[in-house]
Amino acid sequence: MEKLYARDIYGNTLVELGKKDERIIVLDADLSGSTRTAIFKNEFPDRFFNFGVAEQNMMATAGGLASCGKIVFVSTFAMFASARALDQVRNTICYNNFNVKIIATHGGITVGEDGASHQALEDINFFRAIPNIKIIVPCDAPEAKAAVLAAYKTPGPFYIRLGRCKVPTIENKQSFTLGRGYVLEEGKDIAIISCGTLVYEALEANKILKEKGISATVVNTPTIKPIDEDLIVKISIKHKKILVCEEHQVTGGLFSAIAEVLASKNPVRVERIGVEDKFGQSGSPVELMDFYGLSANFIAQKAQEILRQ
Amino acid sequence: MEKKIKLLKSKSNSIRKLIIEMLSEAKSGHPGGSLSAAEIIACLYFEIMRHDSKNPDWSQRDRFHLSKGHCCPALYAALALCGYFPLEELMKLRKLGSLLQGHPDKRTPGIEVASGSLGQGLSVALGMALACRIDKNDSRVYCLMGDGEIQEGNIWEAAMAAAHYKVDNLCGIVDYNRFQIDGRTEEIMSIEPLVNKWESFGWHVIQSDGHNVEELLEAFAKTKTVKSKPSVIIAHTVKGKGVSFMEHVVDFHGRAPSDKEKEVALKELQDIEDDESTL
Repeated sequence: MEKLYARDIYGNTLVELGKKDERIIVLDADLSGSTRTAIFKNEFPDRFFNFGVAEQNMMATAGGLASCGKIVFVSTFAMFASARALDQVRNTICYNNFNVKIIATHGGITVGEDGASHQALEDINFFRAIPNIKIIVPCDAPEAKAAVLAAYKTPGPFYIRLGRCKVPTIENKQSFTLGRGYVLEEGKDIAIISCGTLVYEALEANKILKEKGISATVVNTPTIKPIDEDLIVKISIKHKKILVCEEHQVTGGLFSAIAEVLASKNPVRVERIGVEDKFGQSGSPVELMDFYGLSANFIAQKAQEILRQ
Repeated sequence: MEKKIKLLKSKSNSIRKLIIEMLSEAKSGHPGGSLSAAEIIACLYFEIMRHDSKNPDWSQRDRFHLSKGHCCPALYAALALCGYFPLEELMKLRKLGSLLQGHPDKRTPGIEVASGSLGQGLSVALGMALACRIDKNDSRVYCLMGDGEIQEGNIWEAAMAAAHYKVDNLCGIVDYNRFQIDGRTEEIMSIEPLVNKWESFGWHVIQSDGHNVEELLEAFAKTKTVKSKPSVIIAHTVKGKGVSFMEHVVDFHGRAPSDKEKEVALKELQDIEDDESTL
């Protein structure tokens, strides 16, 4: 199975966009090597600005650039793109509905060894509460590219969360459409809905479940805001039991988004796999996925537990 | 020149009267820092800036960003006097559905970017200035900050970046009226030595009496000649300027005048105008 860095694809996609559209401006805050905006910088040095370790200034400056018709891509780690500069994102970017695309890398627990201070597990929660902004958590590198292109084509602010690690490319999936989720595997006993890195884990969990004679419908919902209400309601009618999996705190992320839809549209049981109100810590990404109960085994176990009840 | 000065003084006075009227009608808002900024805004909108109220999106316009957004009554008055929207709109300030929000909002013709959460405006202005530079557009960008506001760290991030990128089409103005909500700036959180701070951040600093239009015009003219660095005008002002019982009174940072106070204030401002016109 092919494994790629979504951030590599991001850097290359920026260059593609930069070649065809002069309005593209890229900003970074001293992490251009890691976020791969340096690839754009090398091609278009006049349309790239490194603002040093100063994310608040970067976000508000992005707003000023966008007010003059620029399409601004802003990158840093998810931790700093969200919490550090949240007021600037809310008041300068989102309130004005500016064409600023925040493409954050190093989201989630799989940041690994750097530990809790760098593991953004609340970012989706922060942005979900803000009007105008759209949120995408792609499951692999090709979906990341499609998400970046959708953000480019769609006016207004976006938050796209990419990870640090190489991720396996999910084969035979539908192409990305903004605001739409899609079914990866059809089953009958339970629906497992996820986004980002946990889509692969959900598919692996389904393999384990199949061995035990259980079949799950596996759904990918890359767009978290606006969430695909129709699909979620449809899935909830077919499956009375739903398990939502995400590399994020269980408050305010995908689980919350889905529970909010179903609470009013079709109340069914919704369970969760996520980080349970805890900070992360140092460790390898694989170790951390296990420690916080996010990997395939835990998803399979949880699904079985729900089905037993 | 004399005619120009007279006009700007008269516009400043009109702005002040409108500030008092609209805040009294709104029954809330920030008179102190609006009054202190009247000459700065009058000079920009009636002399310095290239702009067209009939074509607010004109690409060649100079840009103004009110980083100290709570002082928007002064800006709204200037925009209305320039014809961006009818003067009657001013009396709807802060009311539900109004074109004129309690802090600047893009729904108002002539407002480029919303503001109100302090400390972000210099970055916004920096972004505008960079965009103009990239587009080889010789527009200039002006950003009015409060003295209390520059206690925000974001201002100094922007100051560092603007100097780093040698953004010489950017002009900051600090309305140095020496008061913030909780009291005297010097007592709450000293921003001194202010000139040294901006200079050490790589800015060209000009000090001016913020109520003397001749001095202000000279300062603005000077900023246009400064190359390879941004400029900042430290405008020494009086909080509540023009209304005797509001001058240097911290209470009027964020309290609207009562009906009675409005009458007295308008009378005082009218007297100033009459004195000036007979000169």
